[in-house]
Amino acid sequence: MLRIILSRLLQTLVVVFLLVTFTFFAIRMMPGNPFADVKALTEENKAAMERLYGLDKPLHIQYANYWKNVLLEGDFGDSFSMKGRKVSTLISESFPISLKLGLLSLFLAMSLGIPLGIIAALFHNKWQDYTAMIIAMAGICIVTFVLGPIFQLSFAKPLSWLNVAGWSRPSDVILPAITLCFGVAAYLARLTRGGMLDILSQDYIRSAKAKGVSQLNIITKHALRPALVPAVTFLGPAFAAIITGSFVVESIFLIPGMGQYFVLGIQNQDYTLVLGLVLFYGILMGIANLMSDLALIFMDPKLRNS
Amino acid sequence: MSTSVKALPAGLKDVEKGSSLWADAYVRLKKNKLAMLGGIIVISILITCFVIAPILSWIGFDGNEQDLANKFAGPSTKNLLGTDQLGRDLLMRVLQGGQISLLVAIMATMLTVTIGVIYGGIAGYVGGRIGNAMMRIVDGLLAMPFLIIVILFREVISGQVDEIARFLIDDWGWNDNDVLRFANLIPLTFAIAGFGWLSMGRIVRSSAASLAQQEFVEAARSLGLSHRRILFRHILPNMLGPIIIYATLTIPSFILYEATLSYIGLGIEPPNSSWGKLIQEGANYLETNITVLAVPAVLFSLTLFAFNFLGDGLRDALDPKASKD
Repeated sequence: MLRIILSRLLQTLVVVFLLVTFTFFAIRMMPGNPFADVKALTEENKAAMERLYGLDKPLHIQYANYWKNVLLEGDFGDSFSMKGRKVSTLISESFPISLKLGLLSLFLAMSLGIPLGIIAALFHNKWQDYTAMIIAMAGICIVTFVLGPIFQLSFAKPLSWLNVAGWSRPSDVILPAITLCFGVAAYLARLTRGGMLDILSQDYIRSAKAKGVSQLNIITKHALRPALVPAVTFLGPAFAAIITGSFVVESIFLIPGMGQYFVLGIQNQDYTLVLGLVLFYGILMGIANLMSDLALIFMDPKLRNS
Repeated sequence: MSTSVKALPAGLKDVEKGSSLWADAYVRLKKNKLAMLGGIIVISILITCFVIAPILSWIGFDGNEQDLANKFAGPSTKNLLGTDQLGRDLLMRVLQGGQISLLVAIMATMLTVTIGVIYGGIAGYVGGRIGNAMMRIVDGLLAMPFLIIVILFREVISGQVDEIARFLIDDWGWNDNDVLRFANLIPLTFAIAGFGWLSMGRIVRSSAASLAQQEFVEAARSLGLSHRRILFRHILPNMLGPIIIYATLTIPSFILYEATLSYIGLGIEPPNSSWGKLIQEGANYLETNITVLAVPAVLFSLTLFAFNFLGDGLRDALDPKASKD
C-alpha cells in the first residue's frame, strides 16, 4: 500500500517537472512578448520591464531561477499581466471559490449519474434503460454554454432568491453548480451502466442468485462495489479538472474563480501565471489520481496484489 | 440463392458467400433505430450545410448582408428563419456557421486519426521500453490543462500559417480573401488535433499491442515481412473497427471543443463564424429575442446527438463485446 502511494507521488513529481519544463520552453515559442499589449512602451521601458522580471538573462538561467524560487523560497513569482499581484495570491484567492463550486457540482453529478447508470443496467434493453441513456446523452450534448443561459432565463429571472449572475450570496453557487454537473453526471451514468452490466453477467452473481440472495442484496453487497470501478477511474482526472474551475461557466455566471486565469494567463503571455497554474494543476491531478487509485484498491481486491 | 436458405436465421442469408465482419456489423447497425436515426440526421445536416446552403446563397440568400432597419425580424419569404441582431439572415448565418464548425471538426478528426494511428501503432507494435516511453509522453500531455495546451498550439501555429498565407497571396497570386478565411481555420484545427490525438493514440496503442501478440503477426514475422508491411497490411486493417468507432465519436467532441473555444473568443475569427460564436452572440440577446440563441443551439445540440448516437451504434455493431458503456 505504502509502496503504491510512494511510487504514485514520485510519478506525479516527475510528470509535474516535465510539464513545467515543457510549458516553460513552449510558451516562449508564442509570437509576440508579454509586454506587447502595454501601450506606449518605449524600448527602454521594455528593457527595464524585462530586467525587472529577469527576462533579459539567458533562457537556461531563467529556467534555473524559476525552480530555485519555487523550491527554495516557495515563490511562484509575480504575475506579468496583473500588476503587483503574486501568482500564489491569485491562486489562493480564486481556488477556494472554484473548489466550492466544483465540489457541489461533483456531489450533484454523482448523486444523479450513478443511480441513473444503475437503473439503466438493471433494466438492460428495456424502456428504463433507453430513457436513462437518452437523458445521459442529453447531458453530454446540451453543453454548459447552452444550459447556462437557459437556466438564467428560466430560474434566476422568476425566482427572486437567485441571482442571474454574480458571487455575493450563498445561493449564487446553485445555478452554476447545476449547469456544470450534467456533463459529468452523463459520463458517470454511462460508465456505471457499463460496469454494472459487466458485473451482473459474472458467475459469482449467478451463484448468489441461485443461492436465493435477494435482488437488493445482490446489487448493494455484491455488484455495486466492483461495478463502480470504471466510474471511479474517470472521477480522478475529472475531479482535478472540475475543482480548478471552468472558464465558460465562470464567464456566464460572472464568478471570480480560477478558470479565468487559465485563459487570461496564456492570452496575455503571463509566463509566471501559466507556469504556476500548470504546476498547481499537475499536483492536483496527481493527488486526484492517487485518491482514485486508492479507492480502486479498496473496491477491487484483485488489484491489491498487483 | 437456394431454397434451403430460408431456413436460416435472418442476417445469415448469404451463407454461400460467407458474411464478413462488415456485413454482420451492418445488419446489427440497421436494427439499432437510434443509430440509424443519428446517421440520417448526420447525412441531412452535412447535405444542408454543404449542398443546400451554397445553392441558397447562389439564388440570392446572403448571411453577411446587414439590414439594420430589419433587426430581429420574424420569418418571412426573404428571411426564412428571420434575422439576427444586425438584420442578417439567420438561416444562412447558421448554415454557414455549421460549415465552419463541421469543417474544423472533420479536418481535425482526420489529423487526429493520422497522428494517433501512426504514433499509437508504432508504440503498440514496438512495445517494450520505447513503447512505454512513448505512452508516458502522452500521459504527461494529458495531465496539462486542456485550454492552456490548445491555446499554446494555436498561437505557435498561427504565426507559421500567416507566413504561408502571405506567401500564397503575394507570390502565387491566390485570392487573398479566400486564403485568409481558410488560413483562419488552420491554427484552430491543428490546436484541437494537437490535444485530441492523445486519446486516439492511447486507444490505437492498446489494440495494436494486443494484435502484435497474436499468432498471425508472428507468422508474418517468421515469413520475414518488413515491420512496415506488418504494421500497415496486417495490424492496421484489424484495428479499423475501433478506429472508425472512435473517429465517429471524436467528431462531436471536436465540434464541442471548437464551439467552446469560439464561445470564449479564442476560436474562429470574423468574417468566419461558427455555431459556438453564434451561440455566444445569441446569449447576449437572450431577453430581446430567443431565436438568435435557439436556432444555432438546437442545430448544434442535434448534431452532437446524431454523431454520438451513430458512434455508439457503430460501436455496438462493430465491437459487440465492448458495447456496454
